[in-house]
Amino acid sequence: MSGKPVLHYVSVRGRMEPVKWLLAAAGVEFEERILKTKDDLQKLRTDGCLLFQQVPMVEIDGMKMVQTRAILNYIAGKYNLYGKDLKERALIDMYVGGTDDLMGFLLSFPFLSAEDKVKQCAFVVQKATSRYFPAYEKVLKDHGQDFLVGNRLSWADIHLLEAILMLEEKKSDALSGFPLLQAFKKRISSIPTIKKFLAPGSKRKPISDDKYVETVRRVLRMYYDVKPN
Amino acid sequence: MSGKPVLHYANIRGRMEPIRWLLAAAGVEFEERILKTKDDLQKLRTDGCLLFQQVPMVEIDGMKMVQTRAILNYIAGKYNLYGKDLKERALIDMYVEGLADLFELIMYHEFKPANEKEKDLANIMDKATNRYLPVFEKVLKDHGHDFLVGNKLSKADVSLLENILWLEELKPDALAKFPLLQSFKARMSNIPSIKKFLQPGSAKKPLIQEKDIPSVIAIFH
Repeated sequence: MSGKPVLHYVSVRGRMEPVKWLLAAAGVEFEERILKTKDDLQKLRTDGCLLFQQVPMVEIDGMKMVQTRAILNYIAGKYNLYGKDLKERALIDMYVGGTDDLMGFLLSFPFLSAEDKVKQCAFVVQKATSRYFPAYEKVLKDHGQDFLVGNRLSWADIHLLEAILMLEEKKSDALSGFPLLQAFKKRISSIPTIKKFLAPGSKRKPISDDKYVETVRRVLRMYYDVKPN
Repeated sequence: MSGKPVLHYANIRGRMEPIRWLLAAAGVEFEERILKTKDDLQKLRTDGCLLFQQVPMVEIDGMKMVQTRAILNYIAGKYNLYGKDLKERALIDMYVEGLADLFELIMYHEFKPANEKEKDLANIMDKATNRYLPVFEKVLKDHGHDFLVGNKLSKADVSLLENILWLEELKPDALAKFPLLQSFKARMSNIPSIKKFLQPGSAKKPLIQEKDIPSVIAIFH
């Protein structure tokens, strides 16, 4: 037993990717168990490893944690990425809630038809540029600091960087009109642990392609009839 | 300015109801500004009150908080309903997030068209009785305590009670197979602050009436 967290999930970014980002940013090495078949998921279930019969599941500190938000809250708390007090935590939770909603629109993206992908892409970009990016640009403008909360790296910064990069994969100039977010992106990307995660060979997953889509559908038995927003 | 939290939302349970429950359970009095029309929502937006242009929004301790989870986490932390350490918080978060998944289904049920309601209810009850309720029955069985985590009231208990009661409104025998959850429900309902919230005249919202659905939908769309 290595003592490292063990991440159980399928081979797409999906709901586990923010967990990897956070662990990586905190400089925590982890292992992955990739579910390849329906039986892999079933085994976890019958072994009683999944509280609500679902993945993500992360083995960490003697717990088998499920529910992405619970896992992220725990890692953020443990590695001092959750602010210094209740009020900073409140801000972090609010900001993470926004980026979670935004990235949530992209969760089903790999499973949409080609035509619906175009629609969903337009939808997500519109939400990002008219609702979410302006909010974070204003936060940075109002306090003039390098990080979103408490003048210190927190989970909110890491989550926002992840969201920015995902949006730029959909529209490369998504940040045009947001100069502070552009500077933010550069700054956070150069933090050593994050720079390492962004380099080739890290555990960061690429965008899912069709090869993975069918596997995931089979394993999770979900995402068969997905509609755009 | 009264110092009480002010809740901004429509006159429905929706995403605000868990917040009303938690404040009530903590014994915290609050005020509500009910949005009746789209213009009410638009005014909050143009006044710059809504970080992501959305409600729920709760004015509390000098902040205009949005994002239901953020609001619930803050209230729970402030009023000692969030466990005593990181590990208890982890358990509470796991339970609350699981219940939030169930709540999402229950919450939207009110707005399903008539011809989809029966199938939707069957799906909700299937998830509740096969995935969620057994988990909490087992948690209570395994440790034999009155509360889900740390032998003390937490936001996990409040969330579980809220979901149980709403399930029973949809199907009165929802707890038939879960004796420990039945006694949990009775115990929790007797906690004075919660007992008060369950009485008529409290801020607890009723199920939505068919005739009111169009005006509510008009606010948000």
